[in-house]
Amino acid sequence: MTEPLIRHYGPKAYSDHPPFRYPDYKSTVKRSPSHDLLSIVATLSETTGPGPIWSDISEEDADLTLNAGTGSPAIGERIIVTGHVLDENGNGVPGTILEIWQANACGRYAHWRETEFPAPLDPNFLGVGQCRTSETGEYRFTTIKPGPYPWGNHPNAWRPAHIHFSVLGPALLTRLVTQMYFEGDPLFPLDPIYNSAPEHSRDRMIARYDHEVTEENWALGYRFDIVLRGELSMLEELDES
Amino acid sequence: MSPKLGETPSQTVGPYYSMRLGGEGQNVIPVPAEGGQRITITGKVFDADRIHVEDALLEFWQANPVGRYNHPDDKRELDLDPRFSGFARAMSDFKTGTYRLETVKPGRVPDLEGAFQAPHISVVVQARGMLDPVFTRIYFSDEEEANHDDLILRRVPEARRGTLVADLEPGSDPATYRFDIRFQGEDETVFLDF
Ligand SMILES: [Fe+3]
Repeated sequence: MTEPLIRHYGPKAYSDHPPFRYPDYKSTVKRSPSHDLLSIVATLSETTGPGPIWSDISEEDADLTLNAGTGSPAIGERIIVTGHVLDENGNGVPGTILEIWQANACGRYAHWRETEFPAPLDPNFLGVGQCRTSETGEYRFTTIKPGPYPWGNHPNAWRPAHIHFSVLGPALLTRLVTQMYFEGDPLFPLDPIYNSAPEHSRDRMIARYDHEVTEENWALGYRFDIVLRGELSMLEELDES
Repeated sequence: MSPKLGETPSQTVGPYYSMRLGGEGQNVIPVPAEGGQRITITGKVFDADRIHVEDALLEFWQANPVGRYNHPDDKRELDLDPRFSGFARAMSDFKTGTYRLETVKPGRVPDLEGAFQAPHISVVVQARGMLDPVFTRIYFSDEEEANHDDLILRRVPEARRGTLVADLEPGSDPATYRFDIRFQGEDETVFLDF
């Protein structure tokens, strides 16, 4: 019988990620584990995952300025967000679905739980989209630049403008949900969620203005790459054993 | 060897993920062509004060009833309905906190020592107030023998092993299992690092 292929991934770089418990973001205190995680060697259950198949059954929906389907474009600053999904070795991750959600230009989410912030909804903007990476791992969205919005974590708390990104990647162990921020946001030093990521890795969540991506008389361009866990190289595998 | 790129940090799914993740019907995995036992798994996620988390997102990944994953790396010559995704998303109900997964019981997949793991479903838990996902596994209370031999369950201290085992409700049809997830405290769920 054909043996399954068990890929060898490097360990998760916990030091690049936020801690589970980060008291400045108050809700993490009660929603974080207190025991250490139990380390196991990844089996087929962890080195496979829904990414490849899920990508096949999903429709593409990459233009958020039009996908409300009303026939009228969304209001706000039209932007292009593009980049690559890569593994740690710099290889593009092909054919993986990126799912995104965001506030509108005024900072308002089209979600029933948003009832406090008196900013207008835009009937022509849903704030959700998805697209699939190309053979080289490249993706591209057209959307509206989201506005900052208030939240209840502390007095006068505002989230810097951001777009939520969800990526499945090739395996269960590559699962990532992150937020993309915009270069130069004055709210960065005040935001506990952004600052929960360690200082050395925070700026990996920032999209950079890229004039090469900007299209004349159409939209400003931003570049944002996403890096997932990758397989060990042969040399590293020797090292590990 | 060129230096590694750094991983993009994780951030919370926040309160509004259901605009995109976990909508209607995503919590059902239909019975595949090769058949299988229909099961329901239901439960709640509890915080440190044992208050239910009203906005948890659970993602499930499992093998099909004969123990094959629908993934390009699993090339074993076992039946596989290509429409069987093995993937589902369930949200806790905002009022009651209860999530519900309708699926088929997974078969056994190989471990790393040439034997088979007990039937299990991998789970990813995220929520507002969680900066990183946590990973755990659902095993089944009516698979005692397989559970006893499972290499990963054996690594779990005995006192905590039960947190990974879903309890079959006697007499339920289709078979319904209860699986709660708890943060902190004596009975905290075992979360896995791999
Ligand atoms: Fe947000």
